[in-house]
Amino acid sequence: MSDSAAAEHYPDDLLYHPEHDWARIEDGEATLGITWYAQDTLGEVVFYEPPALGTQLRQGEMYAEIESVKAVAEVLAPLSGEIIAVNETLGQDPGPINADPYGAGWLVRIRLADEGEREALMDAESYRALLAGGGASSA
Amino acid sequence: MSATVFERSRPGRRAFSPPPLEVPPVDPAQLIEDRLLRRAPPALPELSEPQIVRHYVRLSKLNYDLDSGIYPLGSCTMKHNPRLHERLAALPGNARLHPLQDARRAQGALELMWRLERALAEIAGLPHVSLQPSAGSQGELAGVLLSRAYHAERGQERPLVLIPEAAHGTNPATVAMAGLRPLTIKSDAEGMVDVADLEAKVSEQVACLMLTNPNTLGIFERRIAQIAEIIHGVGAILYYDGANLNAILGHARPGDMGFDIVHFNLHKTFTQPHGGGGPGSGPIAVSERIEPYLMVPRVTRGEDGAFALDYDQPRSIGRLRSFHGNYGTFVRAYAYICSLGAAGLKDVAEAAVLNANYLLARLSDARVAQLLPLAYGKLCMHELVLSGAPLRRELKVKTLDLAKRLLDHGVHPPTIYFPLLVEEALMTAPTETETKETIDELADAIIAVLDEARSEPELLRSAPHTTPVGRLDEARAVREPVLRYRPEQSAAQAQRAADG
Repeated sequence: MSDSAAAEHYPDDLLYHPEHDWARIEDGEATLGITWYAQDTLGEVVFYEPPALGTQLRQGEMYAEIESVKAVAEVLAPLSGEIIAVNETLGQDPGPINADPYGAGWLVRIRLADEGEREALMDAESYRALLAGGGASSA
Repeated sequence: MSATVFERSRPGRRAFSPPPLEVPPVDPAQLIEDRLLRRAPPALPELSEPQIVRHYVRLSKLNYDLDSGIYPLGSCTMKHNPRLHERLAALPGNARLHPLQDARRAQGALELMWRLERALAEIAGLPHVSLQPSAGSQGELAGVLLSRAYHAERGQERPLVLIPEAAHGTNPATVAMAGLRPLTIKSDAEGMVDVADLEAKVSEQVACLMLTNPNTLGIFERRIAQIAEIIHGVGAILYYDGANLNAILGHARPGDMGFDIVHFNLHKTFTQPHGGGGPGSGPIAVSERIEPYLMVPRVTRGEDGAFALDYDQPRSIGRLRSFHGNYGTFVRAYAYICSLGAAGLKDVAEAAVLNANYLLARLSDARVAQLLPLAYGKLCMHELVLSGAPLRRELKVKTLDLAKRLLDHGVHPPTIYFPLLVEEALMTAPTETETKETIDELADAIIAVLDEARSEPELLRSAPHTTPVGRLDEARAVREPVLRYRPEQSAAQAQRAADG
């Protein structure tokens, strides 16, 4: 039954937003997704509609919705920028969001509007501390 | 699982053999237009009567129901349904009355509706009532459509509806259905409406605020008078979601708090079999300024004392459904109000709040509170919301696992993962009709399951173990819903299940 076979982990090469989103920054672009904690909180994802190419994301604002067996959750943008690629296959099968949240479960890639915004994000160690401290809100 | 009625079917088998016709048979083709005629008979299952009876009795025994034990869902008010109400609803004058019966020959039914409207008006503290909406959500829709009509007549198009974070999911859905846009109001640290956020978001673009009081956290919105003033200050409507009326019945009236429109859930507060999709009932009470727009028909009493249905209301928003609403629910609600009387209805609220706080006191035991603390405050009204966040963080056990394990202890679990603002929420309302002993059993079961979570967490993660079916694949049920029986598909699934 379970697609969510991934074990809990928070890779060191990613940056994290406190609302449980991650970003992988490379050459002025960033790949975005939701963290292991976020997908575990949501439970199995049943629907995800990828946003349109060219959409402008603003840091901290919603850019997509993920529907799980429990609830519909808003996905927030950890960084601002224009969407230059979307993970189309998740529209057909959102399973990888649970099974491989940092790999095949990536949501969008953006061209960064302002590299300086990364200063507002956390590294893996700080994010793990946030989760352990119980200050985590639901995704 | 047992075979379906389709799989048990054998050609030609019958439950009942009617006697030969005493009139000449008529070819349907002579009576019905050709394009409407069936070409082949419907594929109905063919079974004997004992087969049918045994099939459904067997299925019903697999179910858990309020007549078997406590059903402590939050926000659902799963109180006992007195058998007297069923007897009254089944009287031929109630059960066999045709909805097209001439009003002059349905005076008793119309009088019951009229009297129920008066009683609900008194309880709401608002003068006018329509019984027509047939679900809480339809009562909400009526309320939003009435707000829209009220503003439209004043030449105003107000596209926004304010909804607190703790609200029921039906509120934003209703707003979208009425063609308006929901705007969320944050909760403050005490779990109530954040008045500063309300003030920041209120404007003349707002049609109404939809509020549940006490809210879904089981907390009474103490600043309701101030909230009413803010809403009325911009000419907007204050709408009361009656989901939690059980907590204040006979003690406080939404009309007195400043609400303009109130919906009741007769199926919650006023006893009805519900929870299985059974007939709902969501009457609304409104103030004088909303009254001209109420749905038709209205039940009226003439000077001669005769009751009638009035369709002549030119400013009305029209009809929300066929006929007059779910009449059987009116009989039960009216029976309940008459049986208890004003003093009895006050007792209902007191006992509901006392029972919830007794349960809360039992669950304040350190063994529970360490892992499953109360989400907000120290006391509650008729329901309480606990947070399983520490349980998940410390033992890697989720509220879902706890709920599934409660099934093994013979208890129907509370509502889980609602309201959304509480992490790993567990929400429960024991209602006034449960005894202290039953509430103790619920508390004992929760304590026992938390002890298991400490010693053997896997028992929870893989629960339930003793129910007719194990943990269901809810995600697949949503992704690949099977809504119709099809023999080929069914065989393929059976094969896959056997292989898997």
